[in-house]
Amino acid sequence: MENYWEYIIFASIFLLVLLSVVVGLTRSRLRSRREAEEAELEGEFGEATGTDLSPDGQRRSADLDSDGVTTTPGDGEAEVVAEPTSQIETPESARGRLARLRARLAGSNSAIGNALLALLSRGGLDEQAWEDVEDTLLQADLGVEATEELVASLRKRVQVDGSKDAAEVRQWLREDLLALVNPSMDRTIAASRVGDRPAVVMVVGVNGTGKTTTVGKLARVLVAEDKDVLLGAADTFRAAAADQLQTWGERVGVPTVRSDVDGADPASVAFDAVAAGIEYGADVVLLDTAGRLHNKVGLMDELSKIKRVVEKRSQIDEVLLVLDATTGQNGMRQAEVFAQAVNITGIVLTKLDGTAKGGIVVNVQRRLGVPVKLIGLGEGPDDLAPFDPEAFVDAIVG
Amino acid sequence: MFNSLSDRLTDTFRNLKRKGSLTESDVNATIRDIRLALLDADVALPVVKSFTGAVRERALGAEVSKSLNPGQQVVKIVNEELVSILGGQTRRLNLAKQPPTVIMLAGLQGSGKTTFAGKLGHWLREAGHTPILVAADLQRPNAVNQLQVVGERAGIPVFAPERGNVFGHDAAMDSGEGTKSFGDPVDVAVDGVENARTKGHDVVIIDTAGRLAVDVDLMRQAHDIRLETQADEVLFVIDAMIGQAAVETAKAFADGVGITGSVLTKLDGDARGGAALSVATVTGEPILFASTGEGYKDLETFHPDRMASRILDMGDVLTLIEQAEKAFDAAQQREMARKFMAEEDFTFDDFLEQMQAIKKMGSLKQMLGMMPGMQQMRAQLDSLDEREFDRVEAMVRSMTPFERTHPKQINGSRRARIARGSGVTPSDVNQLLERFGQAQKMMRQMRKGGGMPGMPGMPGGGAGKGKGKGKQQPQRKKSKSGNPAKRAAEEKAAAQRQEEGAQKALGNAFGAGAAQGDDMSDLQLPKGFEKFLGNDSK
Repeated sequence: MENYWEYIIFASIFLLVLLSVVVGLTRSRLRSRREAEEAELEGEFGEATGTDLSPDGQRRSADLDSDGVTTTPGDGEAEVVAEPTSQIETPESARGRLARLRARLAGSNSAIGNALLALLSRGGLDEQAWEDVEDTLLQADLGVEATEELVASLRKRVQVDGSKDAAEVRQWLREDLLALVNPSMDRTIAASRVGDRPAVVMVVGVNGTGKTTTVGKLARVLVAEDKDVLLGAADTFRAAAADQLQTWGERVGVPTVRSDVDGADPASVAFDAVAAGIEYGADVVLLDTAGRLHNKVGLMDELSKIKRVVEKRSQIDEVLLVLDATTGQNGMRQAEVFAQAVNITGIVLTKLDGTAKGGIVVNVQRRLGVPVKLIGLGEGPDDLAPFDPEAFVDAIVG
Repeated sequence: MFNSLSDRLTDTFRNLKRKGSLTESDVNATIRDIRLALLDADVALPVVKSFTGAVRERALGAEVSKSLNPGQQVVKIVNEELVSILGGQTRRLNLAKQPPTVIMLAGLQGSGKTTFAGKLGHWLREAGHTPILVAADLQRPNAVNQLQVVGERAGIPVFAPERGNVFGHDAAMDSGEGTKSFGDPVDVAVDGVENARTKGHDVVIIDTAGRLAVDVDLMRQAHDIRLETQADEVLFVIDAMIGQAAVETAKAFADGVGITGSVLTKLDGDARGGAALSVATVTGEPILFASTGEGYKDLETFHPDRMASRILDMGDVLTLIEQAEKAFDAAQQREMARKFMAEEDFTFDDFLEQMQAIKKMGSLKQMLGMMPGMQQMRAQLDSLDEREFDRVEAMVRSMTPFERTHPKQINGSRRARIARGSGVTPSDVNQLLERFGQAQKMMRQMRKGGGMPGMPGMPGGGAGKGKGKGKQQPQRKKSKSGNPAKRAAEEKAAAQRQEEGAQKALGNAFGAGAAQGDDMSDLQLPKGFEKFLGNDSK
């Protein structure tokens, strides 16, 4: 069995030969026609956009140098944008937020708790009732595995103790869940100067989870705690992402290091941001990166490269993965792949104010040991709060 | 813990197959497997329940108990039910009789509305329309800006009278609750339609702000936009990665705004996309488009059958072919085809090329996972390290050009040199050469008519019983007909034969055996393949 790899490699190569033969035979005619079309289109827009969209629409092609030293620091691409705004806000301190947010979190999620209560108070716990308990947990995106474990453990306990008291059973469920979430984990953000250099925090995630918003909100939290913050707009791909970040910064008087051209090398921008942070004596440098699906190898390589290049200048103290609370079981895959590429140290769970419960983080924490550190609960600029295991669990079991 | 429905069902049916007929408790066990598999694929729970109910009814019916292979029959039923709920057939956009057609996009934050607007615009323009985008997202910071850039990249004009939120905040009310707008998106949308009418654009695509289902004010606003603009299509844009929240969200949008169809985005990720089933069931409206990438061209019409296989994780040969197509350029494809036809031997140069292509296609595990019948291998696959690839590549790269084209000439001293050059032991090199010789032999045999002996020396090799062989039509291989239609048919048959052969070879190679192989190829391959080829001959 130790030579399994070679079999697999040969088999897949064999398969590819076949595929390419098939494709080559059948598609060559079509291909030439399409190429002509593409050439035409490229001519039209290629110049105007200034981005390197390759003919088949794949962006940011994997032209990454494997050793990651292609970036030359200070190549004049990036510039620090000063803050011209006159009215600088003082954001709310993070400490006061929790009570307000806790109320909201509990309110939006109480449906599950009620359902659980209703069925437990029915008295006899029949098969149907157990299935309902299972269902309520499943609906919080807890996943099949964790749910089955929880329910099994609860059943056992009910059998042993013979309790029919709903409140007591719920208390047990709460305990079990809390044990899964593990309140003893370290959930602080590494955001203080380390020796004579600023702490470096990188924010990563798939598209549309709210990375830029998280960086903006996190900057506000840190400013409220009297930290000198510097933002690095290493999302050079999405239209207007740097603008978005910059305006977040301007509101609280935080400078942003960005590139003035679209589609610059994100590693270069990140490097410049960290270099500028060291030079200015900032306390924290927050790096925003472009959203990328975790199954795009080229893009994940790009992310590893950003990390490698930044590390030529300074350690990265914190890598936060932003997860959308609506995400289902795929969240686990995301966390696994990002952990492999950049070694994530914490999770930010965003958009928790909707109908989503974000149960997938329980799995992520359990399997990868990466704690949830922050939660985003709303559209307000100060709606980012530290993650509180008890409040989170209470929100699920009511 | 199983990974996929195929795994689960294969396991359940391994026992069932011996029995020949299904009892009620068998069906219950099967239903539970299906339920878990669907939940794992993020299909929402209420949808899972109604779905398994329907499957149970049919599974208990006569069609299953009378069938020769009940297990296969159940998979077929599940697949059919899925396809029928997912829309059965693809619906096209309804265009207004009197232009402009108004298409409104709605959805949660971050589901991909703005990006999709650009793609749809591009797609419509390719279809001969003159679309215009309307920037009615006045909430998200710099959303208007983003739409303008998207429009510019795709070459579509953008109507943006309001700048929207340029101050960099998410738009909370002063109280910290709810959401406010910067300007009136309803006015912008109405003006946008009016503008299109005067300027002669025949399709208006309105990009609205992302909104949460619980935000009553914003839902009313979206409803207003719909009424005021008399939108012909309201497309609900939803992220394929969404989990259980899909049902409530879809319901809220269907009731609150009133949608006419859905769009599934980020399907280029590896989410199984159970949301598609949830949304289609809850809203009762079809899914029109699938968005599969970040470029403005990455838009496809939605294929219910492919989605069904994806949700069931049954492997997706079509996607595999598409990825292979992306990984090879046209010249490489032609070269491979030529070589194949000319019966030239497979060399290490080809081998390297293929390896590069595999790397471009992404994770090997994922790719193999797409192959029908490979699911059983997943446990082993997961424990393997993809970097082994690099070791093999290093060996090939340590060969001289002469050695690469003449592997037979690699003698002992050459082997020693290669081993030194790539940092492996000579016995590793020996093994590589041995496998390579076998692969070459396999290629040769395949050309001779698809008989697949399996790789000698494989663990569990030769376990297959050669069922695939029986299905092949006797067909002369190399004579090309002058008649294009006939030639196409011949090519098709050849391709089919090759594919079957390959599958069988793999089945043999991995000890998956014929049982799994015929299961899947019956269901999937020929059907999918015909479609793939059919598209081409048009």
